[in-house]
Amino acid sequence: MSNAQIEIQLIASLVAIACAIPGTFLVLRKMALITDAISHSILPGIVIGFFITHDLSSPLLIILAAASGVLTVVLVEFIQKTGLVKEDTAIGLVFPALFSIGIILIAQNANDIHLDVDAVLLGELAFAPFDRLMTGETDLGPKSLWIIGTILLITLGLLFAFFKELKISTFDAGLASALGLSPVVMHYGLMTVSSITTVGAFDAVGAILVIALMIAPAATAYLLTTNLKKMLLLAVLFGVGSAISGYWVAHALDASISGSMTTVLGFVFLIVYLFAPNKGLFSVLYRQKQQRIEVSLLTFLLHLGNHQEEEERHVKHLNEHINWQKVQSKSVLDLALKNNMITINNDIVSLTKKGKSFTTEAIDYIVTNKNSEIENMKDRFFLFRG
Amino acid sequence: MSEKIAVQIDDLTVAYNYKPVLWDIDLSIPEGVLMAIVGPNGAGKSTLIKSILDIIKPIAGSIKIYDKPYKKQRSLVAYVPQKGSVDWDFPTTALDVVMMGTYGSLGWIKRPGQKEKKASLEALEKVGMLSFKNRQISQLSGGQQQRIFLARALVQNASIYFMDEPFQGVDATTEKAIINILKELRKAGKTVIVVHHDLQTVPEYFDWVTFLNVKKIATGPVKDIFNDDNLTKTYGINYKVSIQQ
Repeated sequence: MSNAQIEIQLIASLVAIACAIPGTFLVLRKMALITDAISHSILPGIVIGFFITHDLSSPLLIILAAASGVLTVVLVEFIQKTGLVKEDTAIGLVFPALFSIGIILIAQNANDIHLDVDAVLLGELAFAPFDRLMTGETDLGPKSLWIIGTILLITLGLLFAFFKELKISTFDAGLASALGLSPVVMHYGLMTVSSITTVGAFDAVGAILVIALMIAPAATAYLLTTNLKKMLLLAVLFGVGSAISGYWVAHALDASISGSMTTVLGFVFLIVYLFAPNKGLFSVLYRQKQQRIEVSLLTFLLHLGNHQEEEERHVKHLNEHINWQKVQSKSVLDLALKNNMITINNDIVSLTKKGKSFTTEAIDYIVTNKNSEIENMKDRFFLFRG
Repeated sequence: MSEKIAVQIDDLTVAYNYKPVLWDIDLSIPEGVLMAIVGPNGAGKSTLIKSILDIIKPIAGSIKIYDKPYKKQRSLVAYVPQKGSVDWDFPTTALDVVMMGTYGSLGWIKRPGQKEKKASLEALEKVGMLSFKNRQISQLSGGQQQRIFLARALVQNASIYFMDEPFQGVDATTEKAIINILKELRKAGKTVIVVHHDLQTVPEYFDWVTFLNVKKIATGPVKDIFNDDNLTKTYGINYKVSIQQ
């Protein structure tokens, strides 16, 4: 690996971490769409900053861009508060307006300055190592590395200081407010950090793909854990992992780095979405199937309990009267047998003692819906129910 | 019940988008009562609580908690919001939610430690949820979630408790368990204010009641004012309830 390659991967990783942290809270606050808005509407801030400083990595430019990001949030909330339109409509109104102002500003001055729409939308990580921070003759490394490093340090500092406040204002803003832990301050703090991070990541991945870096790692982590700290950690790991492997995919295919990173992010999400242990699609389908069998079993046991006559308890009766397919009848019978709930003599099915008490308790549970009962039953009988 | 006033509200008016939800409310809540706030949907019951807790800014009026503004008395007040107001899919455990009750006394930046954890575990035990302490909150039933909220308020160890529909969507056992804890709080001299929907249980559960429908209709001891006249004034139709006393 060359120095430039290491630097690019380092920048991409820091961008991924800096995005994953605010992204986690945005996902939990159901505000994913607002990152989309922010990432677009910081453009006029960047353009105006660029006109003034002629330097894409000047602090003034970052401040102006972050300010236009926060302005977006303020405008969205202002429009929403009128009660005339809903939040999604307000977002849809505000950010195209600001973004288009930025586009017009670029187009009008495109001849004089080095800032084109492609670079703004997609970023160009491959060029990041060329723009270096120098003090006299000493090379201190790429400027983007310093910028995103500084932003990441601030983000981490704020996260450690205000983790408790962020958590409570995200989970229960009402209580946070009553306790004097101002959720409004937290809200605008998070919006400011998100805006600043977006600007910092902008150079590397551009306005559109920064959304993927904020939302995809957090959404993936959300499917895998029920613990906020673990969710943050997983989001960071997914972000960094996808950033680095995305770089190598781009290297192999000779393709855009930001495009490859986002593709990897999407792919990782898809895998987790399908195979996550509890919330994954397959796991949910499997659980539903088991619950269906469980209900069938109960129906069958109830039927046995209600009928003493042998013809109602004949194995064949399952197919004829209860009208089940052979496969279903067999899996229900097998399940009941395996758990010693029935015995079969000459194709006549009888409830065992265990089968009887299970039926009574299960009916009792369904009728009263007392949740304490089910814990009890899970211990004594088999049950799939979560 | 002593003569002290726990909550004093004068001329309170609250509006959403210039549409008044509460009109000129005067209300004194004596210390040590277990009070129900009743009224139809949209009567402003939750808004009243949120205004007292400074979550909503009123357009007029003053609210005092033991003679001082709420901001100076936060530590005396605990709050149980409506269960539906939070996202129960939030990645956290029952114990963690209860610990949030300690965040107020901790203040900014400080993290909860062993002392806060111990208090939270005790509160969980009081509501009979200790064995669920590590359960993810979406895996709890409606009644269990409500108990967790109650535990979170208990851990605040306050003098005044505000509860927004604590009996909503809970089973009969949980309702009994909750009301027993509220009665214990009153015995310990605390003031408990509950937004309540089930008029049938008012005489059995509460000793004080406020009728509210945008304006305050009446407030006082249940045995004196919980009658058909006030119910009709509040709900607008002929309300007949049998009051067992």
